[in-house]
Amino acid sequence: MAISSVIYNTIFRRNSIFVGTVLAGAFAFEIAFDSTVDKYWDARNIGKQWKDIKYKYVEKDEE
Amino acid sequence: MVNRLSGSPLFKRLASSAAVSKSTRNAVLATVATGGLAAWYVNLYGNPIKAVTLAEHGLHPGEYPWSHKGWLDTFDHQSLRRGFQVYREVCAACHSLNLVAWRTLVGVTHTSDEVRAMAEEAEYDNEPNDEGEIEKRPGKLSDYIPAPYANEQAARAANSGALPPDLSLIVKARHGACDYIFSLLTGYPDDPPAGATVASGLNYNPYFPGGGIAMGRVLFDGLVEYEDGTPATTSQMAKDVTTFLNWAAEPEHDVRKKTGLKVLIITGSLWALSLWVKRFKWTPVKTRRIVYKPPKL
Ligand code: HEC
Repeated sequence: MAISSVIYNTIFRRNSIFVGTVLAGAFAFEIAFDSTVDKYWDARNIGKQWKDIKYKYVEKDEE
Repeated sequence: MVNRLSGSPLFKRLASSAAVSKSTRNAVLATVATGGLAAWYVNLYGNPIKAVTLAEHGLHPGEYPWSHKGWLDTFDHQSLRRGFQVYREVCAACHSLNLVAWRTLVGVTHTSDEVRAMAEEAEYDNEPNDEGEIEKRPGKLSDYIPAPYANEQAARAANSGALPPDLSLIVKARHGACDYIFSLLTGYPDDPPAGATVASGLNYNPYFPGGGIAMGRVLFDGLVEYEDGTPATTSQMAKDVTTFLNWAAEPEHDVRKKTGLKVLIITGSLWALSLWVKRFKWTPVKTRRIVYKPPKL
């Protein structure tokens, strides 16, 4: 079977599966997209954000 | 006018081409006339003469390379922390910060234990007790940072008539924003330049409109002692407190920029996709050929 008909038969054939795939895809995409951008963001601003300097002050409290 | 125009190459081409109708020519002429009128208007009124001198306007601040300046740059939170220390130890004697609650510092400049301890040092009005009297209680995270004066009158009385403005939104409220605040704080010369006069009780500062400001120079090298060991020079303190005041005015800053990046990536991709879909759908329409075959008689 050609790849296109595999895709057609597993995803597009039934509307319930198709809608489910869209929702699950959106869910997965958002997680992947957010974590990728966040990773880039944190790398670009390394050392500047609170999470980068927090350790200096949290440990002190525990003494 | 018409003769000169009709000699121009554009006009000749327009006029000679049989395809150009009279209405097209009128449209072109109207556009040229509108553009010309607009340019004439801007030339005449675009640069109004101002009845203030440059000194009255205030010296334009230089541009500084703030670490949070770029589209994708967050605040430098170590600097925010130092800046809050400067605000608390220096500026808080005169300036309120009414829109900032203690809790907003948590996870930005300090841990919640540290902020709680600072809040408890201040006293706030409690709920009325059974006799209806209002007692004092130590501050909580949900309280707002206390103001130095009870009201505007008290503030003016203590500052020989001048009101130290609330600093919560000052970075947004001044032209030049951070650059202006930094220049103002570091811009007090030892003596006013020759020829400059300031009224008694005022201090000379070229960045302040008019040149005479009721606030004297407040930052001097070594005034505070930073816990992280950064040398507390005048410009270092001015930079830190300005960065902190920028945070106070725009606490959403870091999240806003990150969300903006995500929005631009997504909408940019959707835009590219929509261009592609449009071309895809129109390809058969644009490449088709319609042939007329006359019926054989
Ligand atoms: C001794 C009291 C005092 C202290 C301390 C003080 N200020 Fe001021 N500040 C004033 C007064 C009074 C004014 C009003 C000046 C005027 O209107 O002429 C003012 C005005 C200002 C302005 C507004 C200028 C404008 O463009 O209108 C800013 C910004 C400012 N102060 C920042 C600070 C910062 C930051 C600190 C701490 C480093 C600080 N001030 C410390 C008294 C003080």
